[in-house]
Amino acid sequence: MKHVYGWLLLTPAAILLVGFTHYPAAATLFDSLFSTGTVVRPSRFVGLDNYAALTDDPIFWQVLGNNFWFALGTIPTSIALALLMALWVNDRLPARALVRMAYFTPTVLPMIAVANIWLFFYTPQIGLLDQIGAFFTVPSRNWLGDPDTALACTMAMVIWKEAGFFMIFYLAALQSLPPELEEAAKLEGASRWYFFRRVTFPLLMPTTLFVMVNATINSFKLVDHLFILTKGGPDNASSLLLYYIYQVAFSFFDTAYASTLTVVLLVLLAGLAVAQFQLVEKRVHYR
Amino acid sequence: MRSLFALLLAALLAAAVPAHAATEITFYYPIAVGGPLTKVIDGLARDFEKEHPGIKVNPIYAGNYDDARIKALAALKAGQPAQISVLYSIDLYELLEQDVILPWDDIAATADDRAWLKAFYPSLMMNGIYKGKVYGIPFQRSTIVMYWNKDAFKEAGLDPEKAPANWNEMAQMAAKLVKKDASGNVQRWGVMVPSTGYPYWMFQAFARQNGHDLMNPEGNRTNYAHPDVIAALQYWRDLGAKHKVMPEGTVEWGTLRQAFTEGKTAMMWHTTGNLTAVKDTAKFPFGVAMLPASKQRGSPTGGGNFYIFKKTTPEERKASLAFVKWMTTPERAADWSIATGYVAVRPEAYETPKLKQYAAGFPQAVVARDQFKFATAELSTFQTGRVRKLLDDAIQASLTGQKTPDAALKAAQAEAERLLKPYR
Repeated sequence: MKHVYGWLLLTPAAILLVGFTHYPAAATLFDSLFSTGTVVRPSRFVGLDNYAALTDDPIFWQVLGNNFWFALGTIPTSIALALLMALWVNDRLPARALVRMAYFTPTVLPMIAVANIWLFFYTPQIGLLDQIGAFFTVPSRNWLGDPDTALACTMAMVIWKEAGFFMIFYLAALQSLPPELEEAAKLEGASRWYFFRRVTFPLLMPTTLFVMVNATINSFKLVDHLFILTKGGPDNASSLLLYYIYQVAFSFFDTAYASTLTVVLLVLLAGLAVAQFQLVEKRVHYR
Repeated sequence: MRSLFALLLAALLAAAVPAHAATEITFYYPIAVGGPLTKVIDGLARDFEKEHPGIKVNPIYAGNYDDARIKALAALKAGQPAQISVLYSIDLYELLEQDVILPWDDIAATADDRAWLKAFYPSLMMNGIYKGKVYGIPFQRSTIVMYWNKDAFKEAGLDPEKAPANWNEMAQMAAKLVKKDASGNVQRWGVMVPSTGYPYWMFQAFARQNGHDLMNPEGNRTNYAHPDVIAALQYWRDLGAKHKVMPEGTVEWGTLRQAFTEGKTAMMWHTTGNLTAVKDTAKFPFGVAMLPASKQRGSPTGGGNFYIFKKTTPEERKASLAFVKWMTTPERAADWSIATGYVAVRPEAYETPKLKQYAAGFPQAVVARDQFKFATAELSTFQTGRVRKLLDDAIQASLTGQKTPDAALKAAQAEAERLLKPYR
C-alpha cells in the first residue's frame, strides 16, 4: 500500500516528464531511422542512412565547427565577466541597486528585441559601431556581411546578454559567504587577490559548475538572434547547429534528417554535461 | 435529473442540426493576429457573408507563410476543417507532393468561372500552374523595383528624373553617386542590392535580365550554371569588388530601407512591399523604376496565392470558389492594393476609378504593374527549401569573395541535380 501511495505522488510529474521529454526524445531517435515520408512516397525504414548522409553533409560540419567556436568564445568570457561584475556590485558602492539592475537588464530583454537593437549597432554606416568609428575616421565595416566577422559579432551580443544572468548566481553565492572569512584574512594580512584566489573562488566553485553547465547548454540552445541578425549567413558563416535543425525541419520539411541532427545534438549535450560533472566535481567543495 | 438530461439532449440536437444549413469555409491567412490587416480581412469576410447568406467564412490568422503552411497542413492531418488558404506562391510543389491541393479548373464549372481563371496577369500565374492546371490564384503579390534618391542624383550632376536603364548605366551612374569624405571613407554608396534573407529572389532578377530563368516550369530542373547566369552573378559581385559602388560582403535586407531613407545609398533594389514605408519615411523626393536591363528587363514575382484543399465537400468547393472569386474582383483587388501596397492582380483593377485616382497622385504605385510584362515566376521547385538554399549559399559565398561565381554556381547546380533527379 505504501508503494502505491508513493507512486501516486510521483505520477503527475512522471506523466509530464515522459510525455514532454522522454517520449519525444525516443520518438526522435526512432524517426531518425526512417526516411521522410510524403503522401506520394511513404516513409520507410532506412537504418543508419540518415547518419551516413550527415557525415557527408558539409553544412553540418560547418555549423558544428561554428558551434564549437561559439561555445569557446562565449562561455569563458561571459563567466569571467559575470564574476567580475558580481564582485564589483557586491561591494558597498553608491547606487548599488541601480548598477545591479543595469547589469541585469540585458537578461530581461527578449532575445528578438535585443537582436533587433544589435542589428542596428552593426549596420554599416548608419549603425552605432560605424558612427563611433566615423568619429575617429575608422573606415566603415560590413560587420554582419563579412564571413570573417559575422560569427564574432553574434558572440559579442550573446556575451553581453548572458553575463548579467550569470552575475545573479554569483551575487547570490557571494552574499552567502560568511564575512568572518574576510575578516580573518584581513587579520592575517592576505592581499585581496590572494583572498580571492584561495578563498572566494574555491567557495564559488559549485556556482561556477552550475553556471558552466548552463552556459554550455545555452551555447547550443540560443539561436533566436540568428533569425534577426544573419539568418545563418553569409554562406552559413554564423549558422549554429540548432538553427540548421530548424531550417531542415521547417524550411526543407525533412523531418527525418532533422531528427538525425537532433539526436546528434542530444548526445553532444548529454556527453558534455556528464564530462563537466565528472571533471569539475573533483574541484568543487560543497558544504 | 431527468429534465436536465432532456435539456442537454435538446441542446445537443440543436447544435447538430442548425436552423439553416450554412456552408462554412475555414480560411487560413498568413498574418500575425492583431496586425492591421486582420481588420481588413475580417471586414472582407463579413461583407462577403452579407452578400452570400448561405456561406460562413472563418479566417484563421496563422503567423508568417511558413507558420500558415505548417498550421494548415497540421489541421488537415488532424481532420479539422480547412478549405482554403493563402500560402506562399512557391509552396506549390511542396503542397503537390503532400497531395493536399486541388486545381481550380476542376471546380470552375461555368464559362464565367473559366474566364475568371484567365483574368490575372500571366506572370502572376506562373507560380500557380502545374501541368496546365491552375492551383494558385494570385492574391497578395509583389515584385522587385528600383528606388532612387532624386536629391542624390542632382548632387551628382545626373538627371534626377532618369533612372539607369541598363547594367552599364547603373554601374556608371552609381560610380558618380558614390560620395567619400576627406579621408576616403564612403559616405554614400551608389547602389545596394540586398543579399540576406532572400538572395535567390534578387538573383533571379539579375539572371532574368541576362536572359535566363533559374528553373523549368515542371520544377524539376535548375539552371544555376549557365554561362549567362554565372555572368549575372559576376556582375553583382563586380558592383562591390570591381566598381566599388556597393559595399563588399552581403547587404542586409532588414536594414536596407533605413540605409536608403537615411541617404546612405543613392539607389536600392527592394520589394514593392516597401513602397508605403519608404513614402512615409523618406525626407527627399524619390523615384521608383523598373529594374535595369542587360539583354532584357526582368524581375521575379513573389507573395501569396489562394489554394483550395482536396479534403472538401462539393458544397464547400462551390462556396470557396464563390469566396475567392469575390475576393479577386477588380474593385476589391484595387482596394487591397491601395490598402497594402501589394500589386493589383488583374489588369481591370487598374482601370477602376479608385486605383486610377490613386496612381495619378502617386505614380510610383504603377511601376510594378508596368514591369509585369518582363516578370517571371519566383524560384520554386520540388525540394524547394534545399534547392533554394543551395543558391542562397552560392550567392553569399561569391559576394563575400570566398568562391568565384563560376565555382559556387557549378557546385550548387551539381547538388541541385542530385536532389531533383528523382522528380523527372
